[in-house]
Amino acid sequence: MSKQSSIISTNELDIGFPGKGRKSATVVASDINVALHGGEVVCLLGPNGSGKSTLIRTLANLHNPLDGDVLLNGKNLNQLAVKEIAQKVSTVLTDRITIGNISVYELVAFGRSPYTGWFGSLNKKDEEIVEWAIASAGIEQFVDRDVLHLSDGERQKVMIARALAQDTSAVLLDEPTAHLDLPNRVEIIRLLRKLTHDTQKGILLSTHELDLALKAADSLWLINREGEVITGTPEDLVLDGTFESVFEKDSFDFDRSTGSFTLHNPNKEAVYLTGDAVPVFWTRRALEREGYKVVENNGTALQVEARTKQEAFEWEIISKENKNCFTSIKELLKALKKNQKLPQ
Amino acid sequence: MANETADITPKHKTGIRPLYFGLLIVILLVLLLVNLVLGSVDIPLGDIVQILVGGEAASEVWNKIIINIRIPRAITAVLAGSALSIGGLLMQTLFRNPLAGPSVLGITAGASLGVAIVMLAGGTITSIFAIQQLSAFGSWIIVIAASLGSAAVLLLILLISIKVRDNVTLLIIGLMIGNLTIALVSIWQYFSRPEQIQDYLIWTFGSLGGVPLDQLWILAVVAFVGIGIAMALSKPLNGLLLGENYARSMGLSVSGSRIWIIVSTSLLAGGITAFCGPIGFVGIAVPHLTRSLMGTNDHRVLIPATLLMGAILLLGCDIIAQVPGSTTTLPISAVTSMVGSPVVIWVIIQRKNLQASF
Repeated sequence: MSKQSSIISTNELDIGFPGKGRKSATVVASDINVALHGGEVVCLLGPNGSGKSTLIRTLANLHNPLDGDVLLNGKNLNQLAVKEIAQKVSTVLTDRITIGNISVYELVAFGRSPYTGWFGSLNKKDEEIVEWAIASAGIEQFVDRDVLHLSDGERQKVMIARALAQDTSAVLLDEPTAHLDLPNRVEIIRLLRKLTHDTQKGILLSTHELDLALKAADSLWLINREGEVITGTPEDLVLDGTFESVFEKDSFDFDRSTGSFTLHNPNKEAVYLTGDAVPVFWTRRALEREGYKVVENNGTALQVEARTKQEAFEWEIISKENKNCFTSIKELLKALKKNQKLPQ
Repeated sequence: MANETADITPKHKTGIRPLYFGLLIVILLVLLLVNLVLGSVDIPLGDIVQILVGGEAASEVWNKIIINIRIPRAITAVLAGSALSIGGLLMQTLFRNPLAGPSVLGITAGASLGVAIVMLAGGTITSIFAIQQLSAFGSWIIVIAASLGSAAVLLLILLISIKVRDNVTLLIIGLMIGNLTIALVSIWQYFSRPEQIQDYLIWTFGSLGGVPLDQLWILAVVAFVGIGIAMALSKPLNGLLLGENYARSMGLSVSGSRIWIIVSTSLLAGGITAFCGPIGFVGIAVPHLTRSLMGTNDHRVLIPATLLMGAILLLGCDIIAQVPGSTTTLPISAVTSMVGSPVVIWVIIQRKNLQASF
């Protein structure tokens, strides 16, 4: 295991909730051996209730481990003062922020807490770092606005700016993209990737969005239903089937060729789809939604070709008997439906 | 000094509003003077100023009234108003609950229990006259009883707060302990003679005039220590605005701060209740009024502003309680509620919702 530059690492860590009285402890995940390195984005994935938040909180010293150690730059967390930890690890949590009467600037400046004196006054250097954090998170337009009047996406960026102002080598984010629309989600992930690249911070984020994680992460930590944490490069985990096995559910299939999950159970005949890349991609989605099984090899009766024709697209059902051309997916689907109704 | 960097760094809005602070100080001074002028005996303003700057008034009686009655009363109002308001602010921030006040942990109820035990047991063990005859000493007994009562509840709450890490749970436990204590008092009342209950009831109306000059310094020390602790807690209090997890993740010792917040509030609420009786409402209302006036939640600004605001409100209420132009005085606790409630309702309606001003 390469531990040379790991910021946070764990050693046979068990996470969960301690038991009370005669009740035994609830172990959420056990024997966790992971390491977060500088300059990488790690996505933490797992089904609901698998312990993503608990792991993040344990790594951030907000929750006590049941057993094993969390090491920060090689030192055990429980031997470090809260303040020392706060200078190395910052977090963005799912805790709802319910205050008003405080400006974005003031909130970001709270991030300097581990460095400021007892009264929390900022010196020149603190102010510069706060300005840098605000610029990096791209929130300059609304620094003077009341925190209460921010949208969800804006608030999330402000909380990230606050974590940046904390100037830590590791940033742990618990579902930073939850409740955000797609452009905001992409923007947050892009921001985190850029920060990792520019500042060599180690960034760990938990998310439910598998496709986003597959695209954004340098490394994945997967918590499976047995409470094991499996780590690796996203592509490797997809190819060796680990990714699939963690999320498998009866009516839910991961398609390795597209890196996404199919929502629909194929209940209709197989279609052999050929043609140009762009129309094929969208035709495939439409066919799968309708319940056709799209296959990669010929040999079945039904073949559909989707191709680019001048500025538009054209679809054709190629069968032994006849050739039918369509100018939209809607028409194609209609024809396929009719086709299916014909008696064999 | 601030040369080129000043151009790059934009000036950011902070909660410090020097104009408002100046205004609050002026209002406070004016009210102090008005408070000294008012009373059942008419004393000209000139003579009062004369006494204040160290001179003698035209009449020896006036001298005595101002120095022994009106000045202690006004100072008590300032101390009590500030202390209760700061206590309320601390509780609202700690529990992130806009309805929290200094009495929320049952500390005021503890003081009441202490006083009830002395006053109501006075009849059964010795006689009520025994206490009354001791006069000056008697008021000491009541102060000590109230202090012990609130200290007992404080200790209990502190022990619980070490065990219970969740603030909402702690809030509910505090409320329950308060209820329990009040229940004990009412059982005691039930078995007491009417004249004993009357003494106790009068105490519960609250009074700013009960602190003699030679005891005032004790009240002042307690208030200053409590407020001093609160000021030193500005930074962790700001951190707590984001919730305990964030506070901890930003390097603030949440459990340590929490104990100090409770100690400070107990000193403030317990001390004031011991000397003045239970004065309701100020602690809940003033922090809200201050937040909407200053437009900030930064405790470094909020604590001094709340201090001034609390002193102003209680001085104002005391002026009303003395019913200018008459010889009657109203119970201060009733006046604070009667004056304060409409003000708070107005502020909340103005700001559409409490969450916006909280």
